[in-house]
Amino acid sequence: MPFENFDLTRDYLTHPREKTPVSTIPAVKGVDETQATQHARLPAGVIHEWLTTVDHKKIGIMYIVYALIFLVIGGIEATLMRIQLAVPNNHFVSPQVYNRLFTMHGTTMIFFVAMPIMFGFGNYMVPIMIGARDMAFPRLNAFSFWVSAFAGVLLYFSYLGGSGLYAAGSAPDVGWFAYAPLTAKVFSPGHSTDYWTLSILLSGVGSIGTALNIVTTTLCMRCPGMKLSRMPLLVWIYLVMGGLVFVTISPLTAAQIMLTLDRYLGAHFFDTQAGGSAVLWMHFFWIFGHPEVYVLILPAFAFMNEIVPVFSRKAIFGYPAMVAASVCIGFISLSVWAHHMFTVGLGAAGNTFFVFATMVISVPTGIKIFNWLATIWGGRVVFATPMLFAAGFLFQFLIAGLTGIILAVAPFDWQLHNTYFVVAHFHYVIVGGILFALFASFYYWYPKMTGRMMSEKLGKWHFVLFIIGFHLTFDFMHIPGLLGMPRQIYTYEADRGWGTWNLIASIGVIFQIAGVLCFVYNLVSSYYRGKVAGPDPWDAWTLEWSTSSPPPEYNFAVLPTVRSRRPLWDLKHPEDPDSDYEI
Amino acid sequence: MSSASILPLEPSGAQAPWTQPYRGTVGMACLIIAESAIFIIFIVAYIFYLGKSLTGPAPDQVLEVPIVGTICLLSSSITVHLAVLKLRQAKLRAFTFWLAGTVILGTIFLLSTAQEWYRLIYEKGLSLQTNLFGTTYYSLVGLHASHVIVGLIMLSLTLLLALFGRVNEHHLEKFDTLSLYWHFVDGVWVVVFTVVYIVGR
Ligand code: HEM
Ligand SMILES: [Cu+2]
Repeated sequence: MPFENFDLTRDYLTHPREKTPVSTIPAVKGVDETQATQHARLPAGVIHEWLTTVDHKKIGIMYIVYALIFLVIGGIEATLMRIQLAVPNNHFVSPQVYNRLFTMHGTTMIFFVAMPIMFGFGNYMVPIMIGARDMAFPRLNAFSFWVSAFAGVLLYFSYLGGSGLYAAGSAPDVGWFAYAPLTAKVFSPGHSTDYWTLSILLSGVGSIGTALNIVTTTLCMRCPGMKLSRMPLLVWIYLVMGGLVFVTISPLTAAQIMLTLDRYLGAHFFDTQAGGSAVLWMHFFWIFGHPEVYVLILPAFAFMNEIVPVFSRKAIFGYPAMVAASVCIGFISLSVWAHHMFTVGLGAAGNTFFVFATMVISVPTGIKIFNWLATIWGGRVVFATPMLFAAGFLFQFLIAGLTGIILAVAPFDWQLHNTYFVVAHFHYVIVGGILFALFASFYYWYPKMTGRMMSEKLGKWHFVLFIIGFHLTFDFMHIPGLLGMPRQIYTYEADRGWGTWNLIASIGVIFQIAGVLCFVYNLVSSYYRGKVAGPDPWDAWTLEWSTSSPPPEYNFAVLPTVRSRRPLWDLKHPEDPDSDYEI
Repeated sequence: MSSASILPLEPSGAQAPWTQPYRGTVGMACLIIAESAIFIIFIVAYIFYLGKSLTGPAPDQVLEVPIVGTICLLSSSITVHLAVLKLRQAKLRAFTFWLAGTVILGTIFLLSTAQEWYRLIYEKGLSLQTNLFGTTYYSLVGLHASHVIVGLIMLSLTLLLALFGRVNEHHLEKFDTLSLYWHFVDGVWVVVFTVVYIVGR
């Protein structure tokens, strides 16, 4: 019989590790074993282990490392652009190469840096914070990671195609939003746009897989006592983020399928010659595009929610309000996309709706900011590096939100749309907000992931250099925008009065690079020479700090049982447990 | 380094039983949400381009309502549900019967779509490239049909295993998850049918 060896009563989907009975794992021995074997292994064995792993922590770290590599690549592209724009009438790169650079920079940073790094932290933190041993679908997790990783490689393979590396090959050059009809076969011959389409399609598959995993893990794998109302806010926000990914990435996937049909099978979705609509593409793209920016900022909020309380030595202020605000943001962010399209001419009713919706979303966002401030207020604030970056986040995200509100005023946006003011706005959010939050969480969780502390001294250098560089570049970038400098131009005339501002912006890059070098050096050197962290270096309260650093493969020798939102507080202060106060 | 866990608060399960939803169901629900979003975009494109084709043929000139296929697909939702019920009662023969019925009904639907496409392409000269109607029609109906194919493959595999006696009531949750997907494919057809053959004609 053909199926003789296929035993259906066996659970092929569950990884064997998950099935290990709880009580038979001797905790301490388990740790020693993992470490002993890791030192004894040959490099090939270690590589094989990482390539085939389904452990959520290893996959999380791979996501993060992969994103960091692309962060450096995207940063190099940005640097090249800033060199080109530093002075008027510059010929450092050709117009064609400049187009490829900003397209690759935007696509890389959103899809191959921000998304994977958020999924990386989610992968690592969500299971361990809810007291689970792994994700709900460990193999799907590995699959999603490798699909996304392949997508990034596919995108960058485009540099090698066409006229080769020197002239930037056939890298995509249609901008990160790839407006129709520029992407049609007539205007974009060759395969540059196909690299863009297919790599985004693939990375979308990976994103949906991981989001599905995160949501399912949160809903189905919580340890005893971890009710929804007791979950760490990080997990709550990742739940919202996962839900948002389903309804955000899917429209983009659909639009990419349509574009591929157009380009390969001669369909007419965005073919204006056959009556197709270019504006439809804009709608589809921004139905993805705006919620996407919230997919990225929500995890940044999540990190704040863990870091700010720990370094203020207080429980988070307004937990239920935080949850409600996150859910509200998730929903409202679905209804604001056309603020990217005011200049299209949506009509009075359309404009009014989208102006209003965009303003409304700042209400839950404001609630969050006030809650963080209230958490800090009256606390014994410890300005360790994570908290420094968190403070930077709070300040910069506030400003970014304010320039966002300015742009949301339709008549004002008609003036500012597609200028450097918009570029300054979203870099304020993405660099000043998201990247700062990410740096904070690196310093915060690195001890957990590696068992070593990062150097505080280098961390402070990193912070100072980076914040100077950031403000030089992006504060001053608003001004040429207000003066009318369009984005996505490769050079400009000297008599426009944009030169000084651009030069200052470019100088800022030097400081940013110096800061990032400190960071990278810190990451690598602390791994070997950092102070040993111990399980709980920050005296924190969530479950990840209850297990060793780095945690054993199975996370917890005995599944924890929780009675409040801060299980470790309860453990450390049995005389005054949180569970007495929480309702 | 210290011990693996400083938090053996108490062994799990000491208090009231701690239950959470089955992960297959939740995972499938997530997938269905994501898939729905994809379908919505294709449906919006279809509706948006109704009557905007620059050349013929138009939907009312060429489309015929696929009555038989629709009835088959919709009743396959009932048969798959019956299969789940029988599996729950551990009546394996009846389960196999209803599962086979589902596969047959789904196949009939697929064949009717194939026949419709053959007619449209070779008799009416409508292809993906003809006009906006062709573009949106084939992509929307094709997207749905591809989902039917995926469902049929999974159902047929289960049927094969069932015929070899390798499915039993322990697989109830998994089969239930599969049936959820099949209900979704049916539900989408109700929408696509309404949009394409009733509203759009
Ligand atoms: C706090 C509320 C926010 C408001 C009111 C807001 C408003 C706006 C508006 C009106 C535009 C369109 C400007 C134009 O193109 O003419 C815009 C662009 C943009 N925003 Fe925001 N925004 C907010 C937060 C965010 C966040 C959190 C992110 C990212 C995580 C973000 C990222 C972007 C990006 C990437 C663009 C430009 C996209 C492009 O044209 O390439 N924004 N924002
Ligand atoms: Cu937006």
